Amino acid sequence: MSREESEPPESGLLGPDPENRERPVGRRNSQGIRIDPETEATREPRRTTITALVANEPGVLSKVTGLFSRRQYNIESLTVGTTQNPDWSRITVVVEEPDPNIDQIEKQLDKLVPVIHTRELEREAVERELVLVKMDADEPDKVHAITEMYEGRTLDAGPRTITVELTGREQKIDDALDAFEQFGVREIARTGRTALARGETKTSIAPERLK
Amino acid sequence: MSSEQTTASDEADEPTPVTTGAESVVRALENAGVEHLFGVQGGAIMPIYDALYDSEMTHLTMAHEQGAVHAADAYGAVDGDPGICLATSGPGATNLVTGIADADMDSDPVVALTGQVPTDFVGSDAFQETDTTGVTRPITKENYFADDPDSVGDTVGEAFAMANRGRQGPTLVDLPKDVSNGETDREPGPPRTPPTYVPAETADERAVGRAADALQQADRPVILAGGGVIRAEASEQLGEFAIEHEIPVVTTMPGIGAFPEDHELSLEWGGMHGTGYANMALTMTDCMFAVGTRFDDRLTGGVETFAPDAEIIHVDIDPAEISKNVEADFGLVGDARAVIKQFAAAMDRSPDTADWCERCTDWKQEYPLDYHIEEDAPVKPQFVVEAVDAATDDDTVVTTGVGQHQMWACQYWTFTQPRTWISSHGLGTMGYGVPAAIGARVAADDDQTVVCFDGDGSFLMTCQELTVAAREQMDITVFVLNNQFIGMVRQWQDGFFEGRRMASEYDWMPKFDAVAEAFGAEGFTIDDYDDVEGTIEEALDYEGPSVVDVRIAPEEDVFPMVPSGGDNGLFALRGEHL
Repeated sequence: MSREESEPPESGLLGPDPENRERPVGRRNSQGIRIDPETEATREPRRTTITALVANEPGVLSKVTGLFSRRQYNIESLTVGTTQNPDWSRITVVVEEPDPNIDQIEKQLDKLVPVIHTRELEREAVERELVLVKMDADEPDKVHAITEMYEGRTLDAGPRTITVELTGREQKIDDALDAFEQFGVREIARTGRTALARGETKTSIAPERLK
Repeated sequence: MSSEQTTASDEADEPTPVTTGAESVVRALENAGVEHLFGVQGGAIMPIYDALYDSEMTHLTMAHEQGAVHAADAYGAVDGDPGICLATSGPGATNLVTGIADADMDSDPVVALTGQVPTDFVGSDAFQETDTTGVTRPITKENYFADDPDSVGDTVGEAFAMANRGRQGPTLVDLPKDVSNGETDREPGPPRTPPTYVPAETADERAVGRAADALQQADRPVILAGGGVIRAEASEQLGEFAIEHEIPVVTTMPGIGAFPEDHELSLEWGGMHGTGYANMALTMTDCMFAVGTRFDDRLTGGVETFAPDAEIIHVDIDPAEISKNVEADFGLVGDARAVIKQFAAAMDRSPDTADWCERCTDWKQEYPLDYHIEEDAPVKPQFVVEAVDAATDDDTVVTTGVGQHQMWACQYWTFTQPRTWISSHGLGTMGYGVPAAIGARVAADDDQTVVCFDGDGSFLMTCQELTVAAREQMDITVFVLNNQFIGMVRQWQDGFFEGRRMASEYDWMPKFDAVAEAFGAEGFTIDDYDDVEGTIEEALDYEGPSVVDVRIAPEEDVFPMVPSGGDNGLFALRGEHL
């Protein structure tokens, strides 16, 4: 530290230049995953359902949606409703992200204090979406036939418009909407996906102390 | 205020029953063991201040709310328990935002209490109204809008417990004036976290076993100690573990102090301006035992090139940190101290590190932290840092602003104890240094020295807090490493913007010694090497706040440097490497 000791070295500091330094052989990808050069593969986004049991209190939804926007995760759909316990609500979120992000979404959701339990549902979960479609009433019989075909119901029929209701998995709703397209669709309201785990599997697990 | 209340201090055993929401807030803070508060008065927070009038807790009036929250933050970082800050609604609350965000990034325990307009006015854009819980939701660990005088005390207790437990962080309680003024006789209980919040304590035993196996088979293991080690009071366990198994230790910048930098196993800190040897070890390791770090990009550089050969064992109290930035091969969720103990028990042998330790030692020789002095030229900042370090005890608390001076302080000071390095890491808040020194001074032991290294730009942002230090005659010494630049910006402009020094030159600066004196502090100046030691001694000896304007070499750069998003192993030692 003393001034006498610090004679200026010949060329700035010592040590080899960057290009002459020891280098490791490995590499990671942009997601921080160590990669084997032979089997290098990026993880493609996939569409999935995340379910969260939350305390039914003001601000929960804003915390959840704030989390998604703050971390740049896109919400494909989001549904909320109460459960058998009036103190709890269930939030069902559909996202399309690569695996590390899906994992991170679950963890970040779990971190929120009012969130009691969160997880990703399996593929075979029971999933439904409700849609209302209002269309022109020029061909009422045809509209009726397609509504029947998709097991929908007519909610309102007038001289100029027909409004029908459909429930089903997302793919069925998409197909039905395609079929209705020919009649001149005026408005659509979709609820987004809601879901429960199939059979005995619990969708959410609340710890004993909260029951 | 009733006459019974004014005599309350005589009957210390029998606290006066609470009658208002505000008194219940104060009682909740007392229940939590709070001794010090930092804040600024204002309209909507007045009922709380009125209730504080009768409390034994001491309140420090700061010059600006940002000063209050930084002081509370540094208090929490030195003491371990949350620092408390108060502000009124509207501008008071928004002035806290920077400091809350800072505490959030660094997981510093802070409780912010803000006044709010009466509940009937909320949402009407009333005078000094801001949606404070809305504004601070993304930057607090949890925040609360208190809507009931009966429960407001328990809400403040919960905010305290939430700031303190698990991964620490800032919390906020917004206190509408009618709730503070509202009648209640409910005594708040002790601080308690809500039943939905249960941080893990110990990690899964089998996972620990598998991770320990990986570590003991490693050829080139390294321990990466983050700020979480200090927060969890795990420094001692970590040190014993590292020494027993002879594993070199790199800290993150917030982790400085977690392992003594004068120990031969210490490689000091890694990342953008960390030591060359730390970055070589981080790059070449084949097994990293990372504790209490979130793998910030200032540490990792580009993740593609971060520890590319290493299996990563990541210990964190926050499950969401595992594999957030860098995928962990072994994720262990739990309290750092408890998990290190589990780990120590699970290790049935030590890795063979003799060759690896020798390579690390060689790197220390190859890439020393160094600078050279040119006679008859302005003083080098590194020399000043070393001289202050030499003139003070090991337990000296160092606070800093943000910029080049922060990096020099970090590089050239030898930290040997936890909770002695207090800085703004994640958010990089210029102006953090002076108020942080005030908070640190309040939290530190009386015989501990508190110094602040600041830059000229950083100092100007919060130097008004010197009034507080002068009023309270606080013994702090601020060294302004004055190069008349926003130095770090100037360095990046020179390196990456072809030297186009847009808005980074401060060609006129006040005389900082005179600024100090105007505020009631003692002012000193260092112009050349002959002044250094004597002036440092004089400033440190001065009982009360002092400011040393150190006129440093204006174009000195901070090296080593890993360019943003770069490869840690290819750190630049000088400008030509960039």
